[in-house]
Formats: sequence, structure tokens, C-alpha cells
Amino acid sequence: MLEIKNLHARIAEDEAEILRGIDLTVNPGEVHAVMGPNGSGKSTLSYILAGKEDYEITEGEILFNGENMLDMEPDERAAAGMFLAFQYPIEIPGVATMEFLKTALNAQRKARGEDPLSIPDFMKTVKAKAADLNISMDMLKRPLNVGFSGGEKKRSEILQMSLLEPKLCVLDETDSGLDIDALRIVSEGVNKLRSPERAMVVITHYQRLLDHIVPDVVHVLSRGKIVKTGDKALALELEKNGYADYVDAAA
Amino acid sequence: MPAVQETIDQVKAIDVDQYKYGFVTEIESEKGAKGLSEETVRFLSAKKDEPEWMTEWRLDALRRFKTMLEPSWARVSYPDIDFDELYYWAAPKSVEGPKSLDEVDPELLATYEKLGIPLAEQEILAGVEPKNRVAVDAVFDSVSVVTTFKEELKKAGVIFCSISEAVREYPDLVKKYLGSVVPVTDNFYATLNSAVFSDGSFVYVPEGVRCPMELSTYFRINEQNTGQFERTLIIAEKGSYVSYLEGCTAPQRDENQLHAAVVELVALDDAEIKYSTVQNWYPGDKDGKGGIYNFVTKRGDCRGRNSKISWTQVETGSAITWKYPSCILRGDNSRGEFYSIAVSNGHQQVDSGTKMIHLGKNTSSRIISKGISAGVSQNTYRGLVSAHRKASNARNFTQCDSLLIGQDCGAHTVPYIESKNASAVFEHEATTSKISDDQMFYCLQRGLSEEEAVALIVNGFVKDVIQQLPMEFAVEAQKLISISLEGSVG
Ligand SMILES: Nc1ncnc2c1ncn2[C@@H]1O[C@H](COP(=O)(O)OP(=O)(O)OP(=O)(O)O)[C@@H](O)[C@H]1O
Ligand SMILES: [Mg+2]
Repeated sequence: MLEIKNLHARIAEDEAEILRGIDLTVNPGEVHAVMGPNGSGKSTLSYILAGKEDYEITEGEILFNGENMLDMEPDERAAAGMFLAFQYPIEIPGVATMEFLKTALNAQRKARGEDPLSIPDFMKTVKAKAADLNISMDMLKRPLNVGFSGGEKKRSEILQMSLLEPKLCVLDETDSGLDIDALRIVSEGVNKLRSPERAMVVITHYQRLLDHIVPDVVHVLSRGKIVKTGDKALALELEKNGYADYVDAAA
Repeated sequence: MPAVQETIDQVKAIDVDQYKYGFVTEIESEKGAKGLSEETVRFLSAKKDEPEWMTEWRLDALRRFKTMLEPSWARVSYPDIDFDELYYWAAPKSVEGPKSLDEVDPELLATYEKLGIPLAEQEILAGVEPKNRVAVDAVFDSVSVVTTFKEELKKAGVIFCSISEAVREYPDLVKKYLGSVVPVTDNFYATLNSAVFSDGSFVYVPEGVRCPMELSTYFRINEQNTGQFERTLIIAEKGSYVSYLEGCTAPQRDENQLHAAVVELVALDDAEIKYSTVQNWYPGDKDGKGGIYNFVTKRGDCRGRNSKISWTQVETGSAITWKYPSCILRGDNSRGEFYSIAVSNGHQQVDSGTKMIHLGKNTSSRIISKGISAGVSQNTYRGLVSAHRKASNARNFTQCDSLLIGQDCGAHTVPYIESKNASAVFEHEATTSKISDDQMFYCLQRGLSEEEAVALIVNGFVKDVIQQLPMEFAVEAQKLISISLEGSVG
């Protein structure tokens, strides 16, 4: 589903590379965890997957279902099934969350040549999914992310994801800022979406999340490179020993 | 390239003329009265079959106009207007004053149909939802071509006709109220209008009557080098209510056209007037060529106790907008409201706002202004709130928000506050925000196109004002705003 080959990227010509040769293949049905120290390039990788324009790709390629993803606009990628749950979700004043959800869903449907969902059908779907994530209808009437607590923002991201039913889900530190109960609720929401057709890349600092969302593969990203790949046990090992060994390896 | 940067570049590259109403109607037209002179005024007045007192009123205004200077305090710039090069009269040949629908030239009916304006009474009458009926006065260049639903309104006692007809048919009402809110010498453009006003609407709602339907006027400038000087007068007698909407469009022409209107509203005891405008005059092309100069004086007089006047405006067109719909809160407990959305794109210049003049006791006013600037446009809110000595307990709340799209446009807020009464409480809030690259990226990541993203954010921004519009026009206004900003995105 996702093939990243020797990806190099930087911010601007005079800056050092942030990503320095990433190779990563994620197959349908798989869940990959990406861990790594602060500033190692995890969010950068997720932004590049989503098509943020601040970065210059100097080498390498990304294939999404066999297609050259770097040629696609962010909204085309979204319609093709790429979803990013942001580490820091953006506030959109004046736009009710519900309105945003409807506009996003129908924009994607339109891009795929489907009819817009009728309002009753839409409401029914949203209500059910919001209830699963313990999100109140009142919150959905508020402007998107404006004044939401850290945890509410993250839950709203997962609500969007479950509504849009993407093929590739990239979750950037969705667990940070969640209380213990919310972590469980959000993880259940994510697990519900696991399916043989869907792939996930879960970026996190804490192995605790991986107790809930059990990954098939765990990668360690350090200084812009994947320096170690293993199974769930790798996360446990990192929890015990930290990144010291790998930071040296990347230098 | 960040999304917003791209937006700006596209504004430069793309023709901002998404203007749908830029077509010209091919119709035989009579054009006359070139240059600003006594002869012109007499010609106009004769064309309209006006009584002597009206002609004299105009001539007096003309004499005063000749002594006045064009104001220069607004944040707009444009080359000098040569008033002697303009025509002051243009009318479709087939029109000899307002007629019934079946007598109207089909070419004109087709024009209004193309503009999406419902002139056909029968169809609407047969409709299943009678509550959505709207009576329309259609003004084409200098004359009113038709006014619909007149008979039905008359049954309720409401007079709705062209101002020319009112001058002839209801001289006492016109004499009593014309110029009573905007005096002949109020300002340069108002004085000009008083001398050469062409047509517009007249509304009289008698005591205790709630007008049974929305009233509206659609102004269309068609002819070249012709000024349009609309004059509208609305009188709401004690305890009456009326909601009125005006819409404006013009063809796409390379030269600038002048529109200098005067609108006067009078609300007596316990009366309420709701006046809404969707202004979509041709704004000019991407290089700032052509477009309407819109110099307008609109003022409402809350003359009676507990009266209320509210102005709602959606301003998307015109090369230059100079417009300050105001309220004089004369009656005790009267209330004035001003809700405004002003969109500027391309090379448009907007200087608009309101004046709330508190004279009576316990008067209150509310101002909500939303300015959106894109392209290389300049958008200024200019407002005055004043309380006079006797205006005890005057209250005002003002909220002025500006939204910028791109880096080359400007938003300016110029509030003036004057209070001569210690018990007056005036509150003012202002914000300026931008559509950020991060917001655009977030929306795009969720599958919205750049245009959909801007429309969504802008609609969120203007929501409070859109809600003030009559339901039938809210959707139209929202669409219009998106279209006006179309040049600002991909
Ligand atoms: N727009 C930018 N301008 C300058 N530097 C940037 C920019 N974006 C990222 N960087 C730098 O690139 C590096 C990688 O940042 P990134 O946000 O990808 O790290 P991360 O692995 O997600 O860290 P964290 O765990 O703290 O979220 C950091 O050194 C960061 O400062
Ligand atoms: Mg990060």
C-alpha cells in the first residue's frame, strides 16, 4: 500500500536534511509503529506523506497503491485514502465541527464521483461514531478545535478518521495529552478501524499505547533514518533502555 | 509553495472576472441629458412628467452642488470624475413608465430572468409556498420598468412603486419626507443625487400594518457612460413593519460607471424597518480596469419611540465603495443595527461602515462588521458612534472583524466615538485574522479543495451577519461571497 524508498527531505536549500534516506513498506492490514527521539523527523515524515508544501524532496520516492504520491495534491491524497491525525490539530474559528465533518466527507465523496450523503444519514453516522468516542453533540456544535482541550482535539481527529474511513491512517502522537480512560476509548476507536484493507502508521513515544494498539512492526527513527526495525518486543526494550544505542547508530 | 502563497499568485495570474452578470442587454435605448446643467435637470424632470415643485427642488440642489467640493477623507483613490462627460438619462425605448407585466419588453424580462430575479407574478402566485413571495421593483438604467404585486400590496394598504410614480401620485407624502433624513446639502454625492436622481423605489406602510411580503428592488445599469442615481424612500408608520431588499448588478465595461444613490428611511413610533442589500456591481477586471464607483448615502431616521431600523449589507462588487448606512436614534428607546459583510478582491477599494447617532433616551445600537480582503484590495471599516447630551443610557456594541487572504491586501478599522452623556456605554471590539497556511493544509488534508477550504472558513467568518438576511437571500449571499473570492484560490 505504502512504499517509501530512500526518501531525503529538507526545509530549504541551505538547511541540513531532516530525512536522510528513509525506506519503509507498509502492506494492507498492517500496523506499523514509529518511535524515536524528539526532533528525529517523525512529524516531518507524516507531513510529507500528507503533502505539506514546506519540504523539498531531494531524493527518493513514495508510492501509494503503486502511484507516485509526490505528484498528488494534498486533497487528492486525502480522496485517495490518506489520512493524517495531526500531532497539533489546527483551530478553525467560526466553522462548527459538524459542518467541517460534513464538508470534508462530501468533498471526498465528490472527488471519488459519489453523491453527497443525505443529512439524516450523515447525522446518524456521526452520532454513532461520536458516541463511541465519548464525544458529546455539544462539542460538535463548537468551532473546530477552538478551545478544545488537548484530549478533545485528539478525539476529534479520531472521529474524523473513523468518519472518512481512509485506507492509510497516519497517527502522529495521538496518545499524547490523553488521560487514561481517553487513551483506552481512542485506542478502541482505532482498533475498530483495523481491517485487512487498511494500513496504519502509528507514531508514538510511549509503549503504553502499543499495549492497546498492538503493532505488527516497530521502527526506530533517529536523525532522519530508520535505524532499527523489530516486533512489539522492540518497543518494550526501548521503554527500558531509551534511545541511547540508536542515536549513536544514526550519527 | 505554501497554499496561501499559491493563492496570491493565482490572484495575480487569473482573471478575477468571475463576474456572471457582465452581459450587456441589446435593447434600443434612449440616452440624453449629457453634462451637468440646468438644462439636463429640466430635461430629466420633464421626461418624468414631474410637477413644478419637484423641478425646483432639483434645481436648488444643482445650484448648491456647484458650490461643493468632492470629499477626500475616504481611503479610496480614483481619477477625477468629469460630471460633464456623463449622461444623466438612459431608458429602454419601449418603457414609458412602469407597466403591468404583460406590457414589458420581453428583452427586459429576459434580462431579469438571466439575473435570477423573479418578475413573473403568475408563477409565483401559483406556487405552493406563498410565504416566499417577493414583490419586485425592477430599475433598468434610469427608469423603473415594472413593479410586481402592486395590487395585492395595495389591498393591505402598502404603497410600493417607483419614486417617479410616487412624485406624481403621492406628492404630499413625498414632499413631507423627501430630503427629511438626508438633507439636500448633506454631502457632495447626496446633493448631486438630489439634482439628478433618476429612479428608485417608494414604500409607504400605513399604521399598524405588517407588510405581507418581502419587498425588493433590483437595480441594473446597462448603458455606457451613464450615471445611475437611485433614490429610495421608505416610510413606516406607527406600529408597522417592512422588510426590504435591494440587489444591484451591471455589465462588464472597460470604463468606470458612476452610481450615486440616496436612501432615506423613516420609522415612526413602534415601527420597524429591515433593509438588506446585496450589492454586486461590476468590480472591474484583474488589472483594476472598469467597474462601478459606488458613492452612496443611506440613512435611517428612528423618528418615533421604540422604533427600530436595521441595515444588513453584503457588499461584494464595485471598484470603489463609499457607503455608510446610518441610523439617527431620535425616538426614545429606539434601536439601530448594522450588519455588514464587505468582500474585496482584485483591485477593489472599500471604505464602508456606519454611523449611529444617539439622540433619544435609552437608545441602543449594535454594529457587526466583517471585512474580507483578498488580492491587492483595500478594505476599510469607518464608523461613528455618538451620544448627544440628552441621550442618557445610550448603549452601543461594536464588533469589527477583518479577515485577510494573502499578503498584498489591506484591512483598516477607523472607529470614531463621541460621547456627551456620561451615562452612555459604548463597547468596541476588533480583530484581524488571516487564513493561515496551516489552516489551508489541514482542510486540504481532509479532502477539501483550496476553493472549498476558503469558502468554508469565510462562511464561518461571516455567519453572524448572514443569519440577519431574509432566509431567501442568505443562500444567495453565501454563494455570491464564494464567487467573489473565486479568483483568490485555485
Ligand atoms: N518548518 C521547519 N523549519 C525548521 N525546522 C524544522 C521545520 N520542521 C521541522 N524542522 C526540524 O526538523 C527536525 C524534525 O522535526 P519533527 O517535527 O519531524 O520531529 P519529531 O520526530 O516529530 O519530534 P517530536 O517527537 O518532538 O514530535 C527538528 O529538528 C525540527 O526542528
Ligand atoms: Mg512530532
